[in-house]
Amino acid sequence: MSAFSLERVSPRRRRADRLARGAVAALTLVALVPLALVVWYLLEQGLGALSVDFFTTDPSGSFLGDPGGIKSAIVGTVLMVALAAAIAVPVGVGVAIWLVELGRAGKLAQAVRYFVDVMTGVPSIVFGLFVYITLVTTGFGGSSFAGWKGSVALALLMLPVVTRSAEVVLLLVPDTLREASYALGAPRWRTIVRVVLPAALPGIVTGVLLAIARAAGETAPLLFTAAVVNATTVDLGDRMNSLPALIFQNVAQPQDRLVAIAWGAALTLVAMILILTLLARLIQRRSRLS
Amino acid sequence: MSDDVTNPAPTALDPARPLPAPPLPAVADRQAAAPGAAPGAPAAEPRDAVGRTAPAIRLERLNAWYGAMHSVRDLSLTFAANEATALIGPSGSGKSTVVRCINRMHEEIPGARASGSVTLEGADVYDPGVDVVAVRRSIGMVFQKPNPFPTMSIFDNVAAGLKLTARKVEHDQVERALRGAGLWDEVKDRLAQPGIGLSGGQQQRLCIARALAVEPDVLLMDEPASALDPISTLKIEQLVEELKRSITIVIVTHNMQQAARVADSTAFMLDGELVEHGPTAKVFTNPDDSRTEEYVTGKFG
Repeated sequence: MSAFSLERVSPRRRRADRLARGAVAALTLVALVPLALVVWYLLEQGLGALSVDFFTTDPSGSFLGDPGGIKSAIVGTVLMVALAAAIAVPVGVGVAIWLVELGRAGKLAQAVRYFVDVMTGVPSIVFGLFVYITLVTTGFGGSSFAGWKGSVALALLMLPVVTRSAEVVLLLVPDTLREASYALGAPRWRTIVRVVLPAALPGIVTGVLLAIARAAGETAPLLFTAAVVNATTVDLGDRMNSLPALIFQNVAQPQDRLVAIAWGAALTLVAMILILTLLARLIQRRSRLS
Repeated sequence: MSDDVTNPAPTALDPARPLPAPPLPAVADRQAAAPGAAPGAPAAEPRDAVGRTAPAIRLERLNAWYGAMHSVRDLSLTFAANEATALIGPSGSGKSTVVRCINRMHEEIPGARASGSVTLEGADVYDPGVDVVAVRRSIGMVFQKPNPFPTMSIFDNVAAGLKLTARKVEHDQVERALRGAGLWDEVKDRLAQPGIGLSGGQQQRLCIARALAVEPDVLLMDEPASALDPISTLKIEQLVEELKRSITIVIVTHNMQQAARVADSTAFMLDGELVEHGPTAKVFTNPDDSRTEEYVTGKFG
């Protein structure tokens, strides 16, 4: 027996530890329940609606007869989100580059950062209203409702998300790389294009994909910018259908077959967003930063 | 390790440049033969012949500030051509700042400014008409921590200096730079692999190759071996010996044995001021200033 002894853990501390572990585990479970239920319901209600015809025909608009499929909504969502990304990504990444590489801690940069944060908090329906008033009611471009106007509303929604995520990633690029480039005699713009952006690219792509995923699920900005139609169109100057808007319209109908269409469309939308998110994860994993 | 440290293959910076014939006693052998040589008495051997005349660097009344902090005070100093000059001194004494003022990297830091003059054989580095890009092309720099570009292959890392300044890249140039940095034999079969896959010491030599590829006249080394193991450090030091045949080298170091091993002359800085500058042997064995003596004998710092 040595003269040296270490104190044992007191029963009170053991109890407190067990209690705290239990509480945290229970809360996690509570958070998981609705998530699991949503997925369960989606699968249960949505799987039945899926068929080849479901993806290859347009909604028929018929209340009593065959309701048709959701082709126009898929095409519309893909096209409008693609255009929105084409607008928001260059602008957002450009703002982020300016903030990190040029504006830095200046007054203007701080103001821009603040406004971007405010923009993140603006409800999506406000962007829809803004586009409705400025572009739709004025008949801008010779039409009232149009797919590209929906894209503008979605782009406004994506812009702060893209900007902020790109900014964070650009800040992660070590200054030692910029220094190495400057010390080789590289001008600033070439350092940004050849050294900083390639290092940040996986992170920027992840942010962009998450912004796209968010925009793809938005209903409010599209309801009074692109409207809801049945026929498929690839003309962004026309009224355009979209998955969230189609779900919104069909789910409220007093007709089971239309509600089933809404569930099927919801499952399709979730699957599309899931694929995008998985893609974002994969790209993130390849990143050498963070 | 694939390479034999005790008998490394002699490397030449530039096979195309006229090297003295017959080849001088290999510097590397001398270094390896006397690893335990007492620091303080290194510069007794005859100097290697000069393969190319590089410019001397002349600092006159150099002052540098970070915001309100006056970190280099009225420093006048000449770094002799085709020599390695060591800058020693405790942390915060302004060594790195001096080096960064030479290739105008100091001005990249927000709030930093400098006054005084820096000239390369009479050419004013701070002349308003001079392109900062040209300055940095002729004055290469190696940093404390190896910083290869993470998205580029070994080849592209070496070629980066040329590509980033919009010049064409020949395979020869990359090979020559890698040979100059003593890395060619280790990487010649995997030039397409990422530069960050190399070991720390190899990464640092990759960074040296990257700096050499643009064929600078001066190489600034800011504690190039402080993050490396002793074997990698030895290789970097052997490189310095090779390189000064064709370029002027300024090396900042905290390691006094290193200064004693590689530098022809040594400058001691304290609190932003130059205390003493002279031949390395003299600075280490018989300094004029008592503060230098205290520092080199380890009484402070």
